[in-house]
Amino acid sequence: MKTYQKNDVVRIELVLNGQRRSGTCEPRTLLSDFLRQELGATGTHVGCEHGVCGACTVMIDGVASRTCLSLAVQAEGRDIETVEGLNRDHEGLSDLQEAFRRNHALQCGFCTAGILMSCADYLKRKADPSEQEVREMLSGHLCRCTGYTNIVKAVLETAAARLGRPVGATAEADKPGHAGVGAAGQARLVNA
Amino acid sequence: MKPQAFDYARPDSAAEAVALLADAGEDARILAGGQSLMAVLNLRLAQPSVLIDISRVPDLNYVRADAGVLAIGAAATQGSVEWRTGLAAEVPLLAQAFPHISHFQIRNRGTVCGSIAHADPSAELPLCLLALGGQVVLHSRRGRRTVAADDFFQGMLMTARAPDELVEEVRYPLAEPGVRYAFEEFAGRHGDFAICAVAAVVRPDGIRLAVGGVSDRPRVKAWPRLQGADLDAAINDFAWELGAKDDHHASAKFRRQLVRHLGRTAIDRAMS
Repeated sequence: MKTYQKNDVVRIELVLNGQRRSGTCEPRTLLSDFLRQELGATGTHVGCEHGVCGACTVMIDGVASRTCLSLAVQAEGRDIETVEGLNRDHEGLSDLQEAFRRNHALQCGFCTAGILMSCADYLKRKADPSEQEVREMLSGHLCRCTGYTNIVKAVLETAAARLGRPVGATAEADKPGHAGVGAAGQARLVNA
Repeated sequence: MKPQAFDYARPDSAAEAVALLADAGEDARILAGGQSLMAVLNLRLAQPSVLIDISRVPDLNYVRADAGVLAIGAAATQGSVEWRTGLAAEVPLLAQAFPHISHFQIRNRGTVCGSIAHADPSAELPLCLLALGGQVVLHSRRGRRTVAADDFFQGMLMTARAPDELVEEVRYPLAEPGVRYAFEEFAGRHGDFAICAVAAVVRPDGIRLAVGGVSDRPRVKAWPRLQGADLDAAINDFAWELGAKDDHHASAKFRRQLVRHLGRTAIDRAMS
C-alpha cells in the first residue's frame, strides 16, 4: 500500500514516450500539470480541466485518457505517450500527422494534440472504422476551428492507407440521423 | 480548477481498501476511474480529506460471465466491458448503451461500479442495471451484502451504500433466450448527459421499461404484453408518474414526450 499526506512532496517516476522520467508533485497535482510543468512536455494542452474538451488526452498504458481527470500520483510507474512521441517510429511526422496536415485537419492546433492521441489509440483497436464510428470517437474532443469534416477525412484516410486501400473507400455506408437517437426515434421526434 | 489538497492512499487489496474506508470516516472518497469524481474535485464541488485509489487493486479488476450474470469488479473500466468479445450476446442491452455513455476516452478509464456508485439519474449504466434487475455487491469491514438494483438507487446521487461500504461488484443478468432488449437515448449532443434514456426488456409474457434522466433516479415499470393504444396509454401514465421537472436542458413537457416516443420506439424495436 502507498500513502501520501496532503502536504507531502512526492517523487513520481514514469515512462514518458519511452524514456524514464521523474519529477515531484503533491498528491493533488493533476497529471496534465505534472507533464507540462514538471516534465516540460507542453505538447499536451490544458483546456477545460473537467474532462469535457479532450485537449489534454494522452495514452496511459496505451489507452487514450484525459490527464486533467487523472492525478500525477496515479501515473506512478505508468507508460505515458504524448504527442511528442507520436512520430518516434517515423522520419518526420507520423502517417496520422501527415494526413492531418494534408487535409487541413487543424487550424489553431490547440485541440490537435489530444485528438491525435485518441486517434492513435482508436486506430490500433479498430483498423477499419466507419465514418459514423470515427465521429463518435471524435465526439470526445472539442475543435472550434475546423468543423471536424477535415479531421474525419484525415482519420479515414489514415485507416485506408494502413490497410492499403484507395483513399475515400470507407467500410460501410453511413446512416443519417442524430448519433444519439436511433433513426426510428428521430422519425418519432420529427412527427411529434 | 484544481482540487483542494487531500491525503492519498493506494491499497493493494479489497480488504485494505475497506479497512481504509472504515478508518477514514465519512469524509473519504473511493477513487476508481475518477471520470466523475476528478471533475467534481477540480470544480471543488466536493472536498474530501482522503482519496482511496482502488484503480490498481488486482482482485477488483475482473469481468466474468458466470452463474447467469456478468460480474464486473470495482476496478474494471467501462472500456474493458465495452470491448469484450461477445458482449452483444452476453448483455445485449449494455452493448447498445455503451456508445451513448460519454465518450470513448472517458469510457477507457471510467469504471462500471463507479457509475453505479455515483448514481447520476441520467446515467446509462444504472438504468441498464435496473432494467435487467441486476445486483450490487457492497463490501465493508462488517462483511458483504447484496442489494437489488431496485433498492440500491434511492434518489439524486443517493444510494443504499453506507459510508464505510465499497461497491465491490455489479452483476448484470446475462441475456435469456426469447427475451429481447432495446436501448434508446436523446441527448443535446452525442455523449452528453441523457435528457431522456430508456431501456426496454420484452419477454414472451411481459414488458419492462426503465427510464433515466427524467426522475431523481432511474425508474422501471412492468406490464403484460400490451399492444397498440393500450401500450401507448400505459407509457403515457408512466411518463406522468415520473414527476418530470423543467430545467435549463429541457422542459417537463418535452421530457414526457421523450418518454412516450423513445419508450414506444424501444419496445417496438425489441418486439420486432
